[in-house]
Order: sequence, then structure tokens, then C-alpha cells
Amino acid sequence: MSAAIVTEVLVIGAGPAGIAAAAAAAEHGRKVIVLDDNRKPGGQIWREASSAKPSPVREKDSMKQRALERLRRSGAQLLAGRTVFSSSADGFVDALRENPANSEVERIQYGQLILATGARERFLPFPGWTLPGVFGAGGLQALVRAGYPVAGKRVVVAGTGPLLLAVAAHLAHDGATVSTVAEQAAFSKLATFTASLWRQPAKLVQGMRYRSTLRSTRYRTGCWVVEALASDGQTLSAVRLTDGNRTWTERCDLLACGYHLVPNTEIAELLGCAFEGSFVQVDEQQRTSIPNVFCVGEPTGIAGLDAALAQGEVAGLASAAKSTAALHGRVLKECAFAKRMERAFVLREELRSLAKQDTIVCRCEDVPFASLRGHTGWSEIKLQTRCGMGPCQGRVCGPAIDFLLGCKPASVRQPLYPVPLSALGSAPEPIPSVAFTQIEKL
Amino acid sequence: MPETLSSQGVTVQINGKTFEVARGTSVAAALLLAGQPSRISVTGEPRTALCGMGICFECRAVVNGVQHQRTCQLVCEDGITVETNR
Amino acid sequence: MKAFDVLVVGAGIVGSAVARECALLGWRVGIVTGDGLSGSATAAGMGHLVVMDDSPAQLALTAYSRSLWHHLATHSPKSAEYERCGTIWIAADTEEIADAHAKCEMYVSLGIEARMLSAAELAQAEPNLRSGLAGGLLVPDDGVIYPPAAAAYFLDEATRLGAKLFPLRATAAGNGEVCLSDGTVLNSERIVLAIGADCKLLPALPIQERKGHLVITDRYPGFLRHQLVELGYLNSAHKFTDDSVAFNVQPRQTGQLLIGSSRQYGSASPEIEPAILSRMLDRAREYMPGLGDLSALRAWTGFRAATPDKLPLIGRATGLSDDSTLWLAAGFEGLGITNAPGAARLLVAVMTDQKTAIDATPYLPARLKQQESMACA
Repeated sequence: MSAAIVTEVLVIGAGPAGIAAAAAAAEHGRKVIVLDDNRKPGGQIWREASSAKPSPVREKDSMKQRALERLRRSGAQLLAGRTVFSSSADGFVDALRENPANSEVERIQYGQLILATGARERFLPFPGWTLPGVFGAGGLQALVRAGYPVAGKRVVVAGTGPLLLAVAAHLAHDGATVSTVAEQAAFSKLATFTASLWRQPAKLVQGMRYRSTLRSTRYRTGCWVVEALASDGQTLSAVRLTDGNRTWTERCDLLACGYHLVPNTEIAELLGCAFEGSFVQVDEQQRTSIPNVFCVGEPTGIAGLDAALAQGEVAGLASAAKSTAALHGRVLKECAFAKRMERAFVLREELRSLAKQDTIVCRCEDVPFASLRGHTGWSEIKLQTRCGMGPCQGRVCGPAIDFLLGCKPASVRQPLYPVPLSALGSAPEPIPSVAFTQIEKL
Repeated sequence: MPETLSSQGVTVQINGKTFEVARGTSVAAALLLAGQPSRISVTGEPRTALCGMGICFECRAVVNGVQHQRTCQLVCEDGITVETNR
Repeated sequence: MKAFDVLVVGAGIVGSAVARECALLGWRVGIVTGDGLSGSATAAGMGHLVVMDDSPAQLALTAYSRSLWHHLATHSPKSAEYERCGTIWIAADTEEIADAHAKCEMYVSLGIEARMLSAAELAQAEPNLRSGLAGGLLVPDDGVIYPPAAAAYFLDEATRLGAKLFPLRATAAGNGEVCLSDGTVLNSERIVLAIGADCKLLPALPIQERKGHLVITDRYPGFLRHQLVELGYLNSAHKFTDDSVAFNVQPRQTGQLLIGSSRQYGSASPEIEPAILSRMLDRAREYMPGLGDLSALRAWTGFRAATPDKLPLIGRATGLSDDSTLWLAAGFEGLGITNAPGAARLLVAVMTDQKTAIDATPYLPARLKQQESMACA
């Protein structure tokens, strides 16, 4: 292990929330380090395309450029390609800097920590979901940005959440034929949500822009995928869709299917932050139950880009001991939006019966749904079926089982991600305990 | 002659065949382009990337001889070898 | 009020094996399962089925139990992952080779198959070990098992034979009664405490928790073929005070590698302790440098139930309690998985005044009182 890096403010995650937090803290004179596991900043929403092709929604690009430019100018230091696999209540995290040839552990000691770890897609098991050709919704978008061309491909986008339209628009922009967007939420729920958007017209305009890119796409509400089919038994060829009354088959090359988002809260859990349900509990300054740990963006509630930016700003200022009062109204408004969104995209009961007895629930260990029967609680399921014992550590099957059976994954431990054994085995260098007023002199 | 998947770019060996992919392409995307599974699951099913963001571990493959590499987090370097993780 | 021929408190691998053995007699069996396996040594342990020769009594019980496992394994489900992979005790230098020879001779004299491996044979048997090791001792009939599934198999067998499960915690046990957390009282003239290191029901139990760490890797089929343990392990296991680590790796049927081991007294928190974890893994890499590049999926801790004389407590709780209804099957330290079937057989034989397959006296709890009085004298 290389010697510890010391910083006043450490931000984990360089998505919109983390960038806003880091820039705000650095602009107020704090020494700031931002860690991200990707090679480039921007998080999932501002993920960079491997080829320079403008996004179909131009504001988002300019917003991103402005944010990145601000981060660069703020003096905050970005350390990309770092996976945080351990955190300690003693005020440091361990991150793995990965490259295929060798990997190196860095220990970063902080005064204040801002968690901006974002969210991941929720996946629900259904027959055929493990076939090549089936992706997450955001998953396919990310792979397209990473150089997988979809031009000429016939795609069905399905699941739930505001992400579906954005994904469909991007895929169409890249030349895919998006035949159907199947949104499981009922029209009535969405209508209430959309009607409420008059309070935030910018979001409505963005939604309309997506729709205009998708003129040849059917947008079906109250509609979901019941099965993915393979003509050759190996690769996706069609999906079975239903609206609850009627079920039909639609030919497609690719299925992009995700059920909204679940927060990435593992680091907060390991640190022992208090939770409210699935989310990290924060006060109006985005402070968690641990006084020098803040949390911003999706881990505090799935609220989208604007909330992430506002919360990031608040935590950045708070970590620099600046007033945040001017921003509280904006954060509250975005949180109210999050609540309305949560109600609109609530998962319907029928999705609980999608998995058949032989449907694989845990993809790492190929655990079929049938084998979970008769076990109570996550620990027992894990011990007796191997569900959640693979390298994703339950990040995919955990939220699915929470929805299907109502049991939540047990406590998290280090390593938070699989790491080379040598990363766990290298003896940590002792960290001299220094007061943070002294750091600048070091 | 290598099978050309994209005009200018880097050369990648995937399961013994040579492909050319655009610079900046992730290894997961290259596997999809080549129509090759990233891994064979524990019961023998072919799998490809699911989440695209380093969470699901379905895109694990053998990269330059190292097993269990998350290919969605790796960019194709010229001359790398990629094999389906079996 | 419910009457049973026996009530077993604890459904780890030992309690489950005892319940099954009692059910096989046709007894009415009640099993108080508490929190199931969560927090138990059965959930945390390695599952190495190994003959150990710390003492003649330990050797007798482990050898007896291992022979029972060979029989059980033919009936246990695939999920129990039984594999007779053998143990190789690694000798790093000539001094350890001498130890290995002595161990080998003793095993062979007792009819336990064992043979010495030269340095070259060791390298051929396990190519990923570092070069320069002196040799090893192969004990081919040792094996590995997945303990949670093995315990579930015992419990399923017991319930199939009519045993009743009570998925509640016992709040008190004694005088023919077990009180459950919901207020239910169960009755039986025999109460077996198979409670590992949890001494709340009988605070007089002289059991100390001995914490251990384990790490499991992703799947690397063929990387490792036998359970490998450094001969120095015995020194580590014997220590009563200091924290210690030893090279101890296990091939799982999945192709995963389970890496141990550490021993600590006086650490009651289940948290992973980076300092001893890294010592343990550094030790493992000294023996197998290639381990460092393998992907480590998870790390966890568990607690071994250690008695003062390193032998388990199997029999009536004489000397620890005046209550003649209380029986013990506890204090197995690191050998609970290996010894579960043997301990269950012995306990049932002792309870029913039947002849035992091996001498049961070294494991009777009454010995502790004698040891104490001898120490005072």
C-alpha cells in the first residue's frame, strides 16, 4: 500500500451530486479529493460516449460541460478509476486503483466525507432475462456509449421509471428502431405525476423532447415484459408483453429492461450511518447521523439530477462551514418531486409473479426461484441456496428478493467489492493522527 | 485479414479471432460486437453484460490472461486478448 | 405443556446432528432453533473434516467422526458439497519434516492412512505452492463439506423422523423445562444444550470465544486440489493467549478457495479487523504467492467455542450444574464440523447407558470439576 493521501474533504462519486459538492467545497478554500470508479467524471447520467456524438438532449450536455468546467476550475482533485472497497469510522477509506497489469491500494484520510455514490438499476427476474440480448435499460445505454453500436437493431425498452424514455431517445438517436417502450406504471398514476410537473416546467420540456425523438415508438403504460424468448435457445429474438388483459409477442434484437433505481448505500452502511427505510438519513445540511459524513443525491432518495445538484451544493458548502440556508427551498422542492415520482412508478403486484420456479434469481450463482422456497430471511437464503454469494455480493438479486419475498440483505462488510486478495493482505501503513488545521502545513 | 467491426481503431483478440474496434470501445462492448459471451455461468449458460456500470459482474471475462475482469470497466487497448470466462 | 423425550437447544451442526441421532431412536424430539444458523460457528466455519492429533482423546474423536462422515456423505445432498480431497500438512523446513514424520508414523500405527510427500511430490500435488518447501504429509481420507447445508440435512432428517422445530430463542433451560421467547414452556427429562459459545443459558460453562477470520475467492477451478495446512498451524491452534495466524486454504467444490486462519481471544466484536486479516493473508501468500492475484469476494468472522482443555463437553452437565436434566454438546472449538456426528453418537449412547464406540470419559463435562480440584490440590 502506498502512503496515505490526506484531504480535508473527500467526495466519493463524481456524478452530478459529487461534482457539485466537490466544486462548492473547493471554491471555499477546502482541499478536496473526488474519487470515482469510472475513468471519467459524470456518473451514470453524464456518462461520456466513446465517440463524440452530441446527446439528443442538448441542455444536458451543456449542463455537464458547465459542471465539469466548474469542477476543474475549483481546484478539487479528481482521482478516477478508484473503487472504494473499505471505509473506517476512523476517518479513512481504502480504494483500489485498477489496471489489468497490477492494482494498487490507496488509503485516503479525510476530515469530512461526502458520499455521492449514486444509484443502480433495479432488476427483476423474469423467464429469459439471462439471455444474451437482454440488458438493463441504463445498462444498454451505457454499453452503447462505450462503443456498442445499435444502429439498425430493433429494441424494446421496458420496466419503469423516467429513465426509460431517456434511454429510448438515446437508442433511437443512435439509429436503433425502438418499437415499444413498455412502462409498467398505469397511465392514471403517470398522469397525476405529469400533471404535477407544472411546478417544474423544465422537467416537462425535457420529457417532451424525448417524446419528439420517438415519434415512431409506441409508448405503452400499464404494460410489462413477461418473458424474453430465444429462437435458437441462446440469443434473444422476441419478448412477450402484457397489459394485464392481453399478452402478445414482439420481435426484437435487444431488450433494455430496468425497474427504476436502487441507491448505492454500501459505504454508508459500513460506516454505520442511520437509515430511513432504504435511504441514508440526512439533515437539512445533508449531514448523516455521523457528524463529519454527508450524503447527497440518490442514496438519500431517488430524486434525479436537479436534486442531486442542489444537495451536492448544500453538502459542499456545509463541509466548508458556509451557510446553506439559501438552498434549502430548492432541495425541499426536489425532494417533494422525488416523493411524487416514487408514487408514480411504484411496482405493480403482478411483477411479483413474473419469476417462474426455474427462473434464475441470482445470476452469479444461477440460483432458481424455486430453491428460495421454505427459507426465511436473507441470511438463511444466502447460506442455504448460495443466492447473493457471488461477486456482485447481492447487488442485483438483493433488491429483487426484497421485492419478491420482502427480505433485505444482511449487513455489509469489507471488501465492498471483490478485490485482488493482495489488496486485503497488504499491511496498512500506520496513519499519524494529525489535526486538520495542521494539514495544510504538511 | 482481421474481421473489421469499425473503421479506425485498435486490434483485439477475442476467443482467438482478431477484431478491430473503435478507439475508446469498452471490452464489454467489443465482446458484444464480436457476438461472444463474456462468461459461461455456473450452470453453463452464455452471459453478456447486463448493467454496463460495474455492478452486476455478468461481463466478467479473461483479459490478458487474468480471470474475472469486469469488461465494462475496461477500455480496449491495442493488442489485448479477451477470452470468455469459463 | 408439551412433553418430549429430549429437547435440543441450538440447531448448529452439533445440535442438528444430536437431534437426528435422537430421532433415529424413535424419540419425541423438540429442537429450539433460535436464530437459526446466523451468528453460529456452523455458518462461519471452514468445513474441514480432519483428523487432529493434539491429544489422544482429540485424535480418537476426530478419527471416529471422520469415519461417520464417510458414511453420511453417501446420503447427504449434493448441496453439502462433500469432497474427500485430503489434507496436506506442509513442512516448510527440515525441522517440520521431522514433525511430519512423527505425525505420519503415529497415524499409520493407528490405522489412519497417511504418507510423506517429498518436496518434488508436494510441488507436483500443488503446483501453486511456493518453491523451496521441504515436503508434506498427505492424509488422503480427510475431506471438506459445506457446513450450513450439512446441518440443514441433519435437521431435515430429524424432522422427517418426527422432530418438531421451535424457531424461537430459549430464555431459560433447566429442571426439565425450556422456556421460549414467546412464553411457551417445553418439557422433557433431557435437555441438550448445543449452544456453541453462547453461555447465557448456563453461565457456569467455562467456554471462551475464539475469533477467526476467513476470506473466500471467486472461482478458480484447478488452482488448489487439497486442503493445505502449515504444520505450524498446531502451534497456532495450541496457543492460549496471543493472537495467531496460520496458512490454511481449502478448495471448494465450486472452484472457490477458502482462506484462513486466525485465532484471537478477547475480541467479542464480529467486525473484521484489518490488522489480523492482513497478517493472515500475508501468511497465506508466503506459502502460495499466486493467491495475491485472485479475486477475493468476501471476508467474515466467526467465533470458536474453546474449553480450557481444548476438548469438547459431551455428556451430563455434572459439575457445572446440579440439574440432572441438563446435558451438553458444546465447546468444540475449531472441530465442531468434524466432530458433530461422533459427538451426537457418543451423547446418545451416554444418555441411554449404551456402550460407546470410543471411550467417552475424556469428553464428559464432569472432568472439569476434577481438573479444577487437582489444580487446587
